[in-house]
Amino acid sequence: MKVAILGMGSVGRGVLRMLGEKDLGIEVTAVADSGSALIDKKGISIPEILKAKEMKGSCGDRSLGAIDVVSAADYDVLVEVTPTNAITGEPALTHMLAAIDRGHHVVTSNKGPISREFSLLMSRASEKGVCVRYEATVGGAIPIMHTLDQGLAGNRILAIFGVLNGTCNFILTRMADEGLTYEQALLEAREMGYAEADPTYDVKGIDPAIKLVILANKFWKETVRLEDVDITGIDKLTNNALRLAEEQHCTIRLIAEAIPDRGILRVAPRLLPLSHPLVVEGTLNAITIETDMAGEITLIGKGAGSVETASAILGDLLYIRDIHEGSHPETA
Amino acid sequence: MQVSMKLEIKDAPGQLVAALKPISEVGGNIIAVIHQRDDKQRGKMLSVQIVLELPDHRLKDLTRLLREQGVNIQRIGHERLLYEKAVMMIGHLIHTDLGDTVDRIDRTGFAEVTELNISMPAITEVSSARLLIKSVNREDMEQAMDILRRVAKEKDFLLVEPLEEIE
Repeated sequence: MKVAILGMGSVGRGVLRMLGEKDLGIEVTAVADSGSALIDKKGISIPEILKAKEMKGSCGDRSLGAIDVVSAADYDVLVEVTPTNAITGEPALTHMLAAIDRGHHVVTSNKGPISREFSLLMSRASEKGVCVRYEATVGGAIPIMHTLDQGLAGNRILAIFGVLNGTCNFILTRMADEGLTYEQALLEAREMGYAEADPTYDVKGIDPAIKLVILANKFWKETVRLEDVDITGIDKLTNNALRLAEEQHCTIRLIAEAIPDRGILRVAPRLLPLSHPLVVEGTLNAITIETDMAGEITLIGKGAGSVETASAILGDLLYIRDIHEGSHPETA
Repeated sequence: MQVSMKLEIKDAPGQLVAALKPISEVGGNIIAVIHQRDDKQRGKMLSVQIVLELPDHRLKDLTRLLREQGVNIQRIGHERLLYEKAVMMIGHLIHTDLGDTVDRIDRTGFAEVTELNISMPAITEVSSARLLIKSVNREDMEQAMDILRRVAKEKDFLLVEPLEEIE
């Protein structure tokens, strides 16, 4: 199977490294970063391209770009791992649609296009008979999409509750454990590299709300959008509130919640008993799914990281390979 | 008179209905049946709290009839608010009249703030408070929470509610 990779940030490099280390029968025929691209239908040497990126800061020919990879390279699956644009989903959305129109599958970690244009992408993919997989968009390494699509197939989803933002969970853990103020914990999260210079998306609850939209669209009747989510962030919480919660053997976590029967789509700080399965430490993520047949299932795992996200991407790639094995005789 | 009872019944089909039958026999009226999950269950017995209204002189008859049904009466009291929920409030709670905030719940008649713990670090900083609210049943609690949500919006403070599993 041949893949073209858009994006050579932390996720893209993680995917390349793992493809290089593991003998999975997956060949990289094109790579693009923000300023250049490299296309070779005979296959690209992964160590060489990682080295070029490290030494020169770019991966290939500066006269080529992502759109050239999408429209001209020889590949079965487009791996779209560029940074998220939550407002328009562009330019990733255009690249994904172009790949689908050429009859290629898409695997992505990009929340923008999946949360904004879910129905467009899915209907276009189904017209062309290709897959769009997005395991890496929610919960990092946690196989939540595989769990919902395959593991829990046939179940009715009654509710989903999740800790979907590692930065917020880290801040709340530090405030509770060390009595740090919100500002101190945020500063620490920045120093550790968990929070962006502008932490608004995380601490205001927008990032977990986007992930909730992606999850809800798997089982909600109508298409859900970010505007449908009732969002409260963690930036007004105090260490005193956490201390008062602790006195009652409780703590506060930022919980994303989707309950279809009650029309609830909400991200808000909530009080939980310390023994609750969603009370996870540090940057971990956790998701509880309530279903009619399987009852309650909770998945806990690393919500971010280069190799952790690569795990989700590789899971999607191998799923597509197994499903479509033999359908592309020249690459099977 | 209004009475609350904590009953222990067998955890088997039909047992709860059988236990409630004597109440109507003595002319009583059930106001709420509460089975809160955090009650520790002992063996095959189930703990249930009941709030009821009954004629003043019939309490003795009721307890006799219940015992005949094999129901173990653990406690009889006159407190009527058995359903409880703890919430946190963060913001300028004092300057936005905390007394009024509490009163909005209390004056409903079906829910009350029974505990208030507050931390006020400095005059210019926000306060944090933990409130324990009690009500007769779940529906009343939901109404009380709706009131509190409205007050939080109006007075611009953050309300942190407990996460509850769905039924």
